[in-house]
Amino acid sequence: MEIDKECKFTKEHEWIRLEDNVVTVGITDYAQTQLGDVVFVELPDEGDTVTKGESLGVVESVKAVSDIFAPVSGEIIAANSPLKDQPEQVNADCYGEGWMVRIEMSNIDELEDLMSPDDYATFVAAEHG
Amino acid sequence: MKQTPLFHEHTEHDARIVEFAHWAMPVQYPTGTLVEHATVRTAAGLFDVSHMGEFEIAGPGATAFLQKMTVNDVESLAVGDAQYSLLLNEHGGIIDDIIVYCLAVDQYLLVVNAGNAETDWHWLMAHQREDAQLVNRSEEYALLALQGPKADTILQPLTTMPLGTIRRFGIAPTHLHGIPMLLARTGYTGEPGYEMFIPAKDAALIWRTLLAAGKPHGLIPCGLGARDTLRLEMGYPLHGHEITIKTTPWETRLSWVVKLDKGDFIGRDALSAQKAAGWERQLVGFTMVDPGIPRAGYPLITHHKPVGYVTSGTMSPSLRVGIGLGFLPKNIAQPHTKFSVDIRGTERLAEVVQLPFYHTQ
Repeated sequence: MEIDKECKFTKEHEWIRLEDNVVTVGITDYAQTQLGDVVFVELPDEGDTVTKGESLGVVESVKAVSDIFAPVSGEIIAANSPLKDQPEQVNADCYGEGWMVRIEMSNIDELEDLMSPDDYATFVAAEHG
Repeated sequence: MKQTPLFHEHTEHDARIVEFAHWAMPVQYPTGTLVEHATVRTAAGLFDVSHMGEFEIAGPGATAFLQKMTVNDVESLAVGDAQYSLLLNEHGGIIDDIIVYCLAVDQYLLVVNAGNAETDWHWLMAHQREDAQLVNRSEEYALLALQGPKADTILQPLTTMPLGTIRRFGIAPTHLHGIPMLLARTGYTGEPGYEMFIPAKDAALIWRTLLAAGKPHGLIPCGLGARDTLRLEMGYPLHGHEITIKTTPWETRLSWVVKLDKGDFIGRDALSAQKAAGWERQLVGFTMVDPGIPRAGYPLITHHKPVGYVTSGTMSPSLRVGIGLGFLPKNIAQPHTKFSVDIRGTERLAEVVQLPFYHTQ
């Protein structure tokens, strides 16, 4: 399982990458492996506002439907619309081309709730048994 | 959880194991469901379906017994024929869908769904007659399905029997790699192929032999995930989804299986009555017009009101569009009818289509 050392992580298996007050969000390698072949991705529109912990979109594999939860609150400033036609990018390159959205944060303190790569590795190991 | 004789073959191949009807079954191999699906459509896939139940029924009363217990006409079967059929209760509800194989005069093999095997067994035993012996062979057989356009190419070098002698929906005893088995030209994918009833102790040897012989032709092991998407593209029903104890053959597009004029059988009176009175709902196939994937249980909507529900749905790997089966009111269950699927609170447009969704090459 790959864990991007540049990222922070949520318990819902999203990664976030921070640049100034904008975060890029995707799902982790562990999440895409668990889901299996991703066949459908639904993302919010640019300009939508999202609240931390609420669903901002959906990733579906052949068998499963999985919400993408907003790791922070703020405004959607970009959505990775090519995933509409190429959802398999989520499997192929989850930390790169498979990114989901960019959020301009409204409350930078929310970052404190996120896990470091080491903490996330421990979290996954515990969850996976 | 119960394990098939091939469980260790699956874990050695790093299959992902899930529980299905109390069996530990491979849902996919590391190749993933989409690759497995495409490989069955273009080359061949090998499935372990040993969780299915096998019952043998033999004796001078076997044919009469099955005529009473099933909806299709068992008397029309010649030795070596197979027949899709249904077990109904007295109300016409579908206890299970099954395949009846005629192995010899007055000797039959029934293949039943894993999840219903126990119920079916008790149901058959409760109606047993002295001149027809029932034997549960489920533990003795492993069942493999070799499915795909390359199935014949892969299988022929392994047996002396000319495969052309087995007709579609036919079954014959043969030897494969020296192992005695029953070879049937049946399946659940829409592709050409075989199902093989193998002594459980020899299952691993046959599994490995087939995979090795098939490798140059693209054969890979496949899991239940691909089995489900393949059957759904063909519009084949799955018990517990499209057909249940609460649905009848008329409602579920299975009237072609029912032979009302063959003589008495369990459920016949109820079916005759429903045929005369009519019925309210009809199973249909539909494709999504809007983006989205229909899933079992999602409501089907007309005029913003729920009028039915999805029984099975997926993203069709071959067609790359959301497809589903579900119940609609009979009066609107015609091809080209537009309606909506409530996908997590949003109404998405869908359209009734002719089945199958996918036309095999």
